[in-house]
Amino acid sequence: MATALDTVKDYTEAEYKYGFVTPVEEDRFPPGLDEDVVRRLSAKKGEPDWLTEWRVAALRRFFAMEIPDWQKVRFHPIDFQAISYYAAPRQKERPRSLDEIDPEIRRTYDKLGIPIREQEVLAGVAVDYVFDSVSVATTFKRKLEELGVVFCSMSEAVREHGELVRRYLGSVVPPGDNIFAALNSAVFSDGSFVYVPKGVRCPMELSTYFRINAAGTGQFERTLIVADEGSYVSYLEGCTAPMRDENQLHAAVVELVALDDAEIKYSTVQNWYPGDKEGRGGIYNFVTKRGACRGKRSKISWTQVETGSAITWKYPSCILQGDDSVGEFYSVAVTNNRQQADTGTKMIHIGKRTRSRIVSKGISAGHSDNTYRGLVRILRSAEGARNHTQCDSMLIGDRCGAHTVPYIEVKNRTAQCEHEATTSKISEDQLFYCRQRGISEEDAVALIVNGFCREVMNELPMEFAVEAKKLLGISLEGSVG
Amino acid sequence: MLEIQDLHVAVDGRPILKGLSLRVRPGEVHAVMGPNGSGKSTLAFVLAGREGYEVTAGSARFGDEDLLALEPEERARAGLFLAMQYPVEIPGVANMYFLRQSLNAVRKSRGLDEIPAAEFMRKVREQARLLGIGEELLKRDLNAGFSGGEKKRNEILQMAILEPRLAILDETDSGLDIDALKTVADGVNRLRAPDRAFLVITHYQRLLDYIVPDVVHVLADGRIQRTGGPELARELEERGYEAVLGGRLAA
Repeated sequence: MATALDTVKDYTEAEYKYGFVTPVEEDRFPPGLDEDVVRRLSAKKGEPDWLTEWRVAALRRFFAMEIPDWQKVRFHPIDFQAISYYAAPRQKERPRSLDEIDPEIRRTYDKLGIPIREQEVLAGVAVDYVFDSVSVATTFKRKLEELGVVFCSMSEAVREHGELVRRYLGSVVPPGDNIFAALNSAVFSDGSFVYVPKGVRCPMELSTYFRINAAGTGQFERTLIVADEGSYVSYLEGCTAPMRDENQLHAAVVELVALDDAEIKYSTVQNWYPGDKEGRGGIYNFVTKRGACRGKRSKISWTQVETGSAITWKYPSCILQGDDSVGEFYSVAVTNNRQQADTGTKMIHIGKRTRSRIVSKGISAGHSDNTYRGLVRILRSAEGARNHTQCDSMLIGDRCGAHTVPYIEVKNRTAQCEHEATTSKISEDQLFYCRQRGISEEDAVALIVNGFCREVMNELPMEFAVEAKKLLGISLEGSVG
Repeated sequence: MLEIQDLHVAVDGRPILKGLSLRVRPGEVHAVMGPNGSGKSTLAFVLAGREGYEVTAGSARFGDEDLLALEPEERARAGLFLAMQYPVEIPGVANMYFLRQSLNAVRKSRGLDEIPAAEFMRKVREQARLLGIGEELLKRDLNAGFSGGEKKRNEILQMAILEPRLAILDETDSGLDIDALKTVADGVNRLRAPDRAFLVITHYQRLLDYIVPDVVHVLADGRIQRTGGPELARELEERGYEAVLGGRLAA
C-alpha cells in the first residue's frame, strides 16, 4: 500500500512543515483588478470569446456585490486591489512530458511527499498539480484516455473540450452566486476538469494537489467534474501553502454534475497554512463547492477533513434534483490556536425520494472558534425525501468555542428530517487512562480525536485516510497540558 | 521492587495519605484493605501518576527509579499497570486497536519493534478465551456499553498482554458477581510470577479467597495501621474494621 500520500510522513515537528517557498521564476501580473486585467488574463490563456465575456460579466457582478455578514468568522477587510491575479511558474509552454517540469517545482512536490513520477507508478492515482494558479502536470493521462475519461487542467479543457466546458461551467455555481464565486469566475486561472463518459467506472482515484507559492497572490482555481450516465469517479484534493505573515485568499469554485445513475465521491484533505499561534498570517479559505445530482438515482458524496487555514468558510452542498438521488456530507473540521471555521453543508431536496446524510465532527482547541452551519431544504416536490443529520462537537481546553447552527426548511409533509447533536470534551479520565497504558499525551489526544471522527475517516479513500489521521494529531499538538 | 516511604499526599489541599510506608518484593502479592475514604484509591492513583494528587512529602521507588518523578506513561512503560475501578469509555476506538497501540507504545520505549499483527491477534485471542471475553467485545469501542464485569475482565486482558512488573488492582472486585470474580481472580493468578508483584486494593475479603495474598495491610486514616498474613483479612471480615483497628481509627 505504498501510495504517494503515505509518503507524507515524518510528522514530528509541531510547526507547520509545509511552510517553505520554492524559488521559481514566475510570470505575474501587478496587483490590481479591473476589466482590463480580466481581458489580459483571458488573452494570455488564449481563451475563446465566450469565456472572455463570461469572465467580464462575472467581474461586473463581483463589483456590485458585498461581503456578507451572517457568518460567524471575523476577518480584516480584504483589499482585492492588492492581490495579483495571475502568478505562474515561467515556462515556455506546458511540458509535454513529466520530465520537462521545472526541477524546482518537482522538488516542491517531492518535499510535500508527492514525487510526481513515483505517484504515477506506485499509487495508480492520477494527479493534477496546480502550482499557484497554473496546472503544471497531469499524470496517468494515457491510461485514462483509453477509457475516454478526460482529466486535465481547466485551461486545456477549454481548448480541447470547449463544448463540454461551455455546457457545464457555471451551471451549478452561477457566477453571481456569491461574491467569491463571482470573483473566481472572473479571474480563475486554472484548475482541474474531469469528464467520465457513460457507463465508465474510473479505475483509479483522480487527485489534484494545490500549492500556493508566490506572495501577494491568491489562488482561484476552478474545478468541474461531470459524471455522465451510469459512471463513477472518486476525486481527491489536497492543499498546502508556505508560511507567510499576510493572509492569502483562496477562493476556489468546485462544481460537480452527476447524471442518471452516476456517482461522484469528492474527498478533501485541507491543510493550508493556518497562521501562527497568535493568529498572524494564514490562508482565508473561502470556497464554493456544490454538486448537482441532476440525474435519477445519482449520488454525490463530499468528505472533507479541514485542519488548515486561518479561516475556513465553506459549505460543500448537494442539489438533489433527480428522483431517488442521494447527497452525503462527511466532515471533520479541526481548529486550534486562533483558527476559525464556519463550515457545513446545504442539502436541497427537489426530486422525489431524495435522501441526504450529514455527519459533521467539529473539534476546537486553543482559542479557536468552530461553527457548523447547515441547511436542509425540502421543497414541495420532494415527496418522501429523507435527511439525517448528526453534528458532534468536541472541545479541548476551555478557551475555544463550538457552535451548531442548523437550518431546516420542510415544505412537504411526507418528508422526514432528523437532527442529532452532541458536545463533549476530552476528559482527564480518558487522557489518564491512555497514559496509564503507556500512550503519550499527544498520541492519546490524537487517538481520542480519531475515534471521535471515525465515521468520517472511514469515508476517506485509503490513501487519504492515513494522511488525514496524522494531520489530526499534528493539528492538535500542544493543545493540552 | 516497590518501596514507599512516609508518603504524604493531598487532594485539593486536603491531606489523604499521611505517612504511608510499604515495601513490595518481586513475586509477592500484597493486599491493601481499608474502609471507605481511607485513601486506597488515592494510593493507586498517586502511584500511577494521576494529576491532582499532590505529593507533599515522602518517596516511592520502583526498581531503581524515582517513581514520583516519572510521567504516567513513563511509569506504564517501566512496567506499572493499574487496573482501574472505573475503566473509561473511548468512543470510536476499538478495544483491540487500543490494546495494540498501548502494547506498541510500551515496546517502542524498550527499543522493540511493533508486534506483528498476526502474533498480536494470536496472543489476544488466547488470553481473551481464558478470560471468557468474546470476539465481539474485542471489536467494540473501548469500554463503550461494556457491563461492569466486561470492563473488569477487559482490564485483566490488558494486563495479561502488557505483562507488567507491578500490577495494581483497584477494587477490581467491585460490581462483580461470583462467576466473574472467579474468572478475574483466575486471570490474575495465571500471571503470578517470580518477577512480578501485585498490589490488590479491596474493601472486602471476598476477592482474597481467590487471590491469596502473601501480605495483608490495613489502610486507615492515610496510614498502614496493621500488617499481617492472609489471616488478617479473615479477621477483618469477621470483626469489622473498627473492632480490629480499635482506637487507631481516628476518623
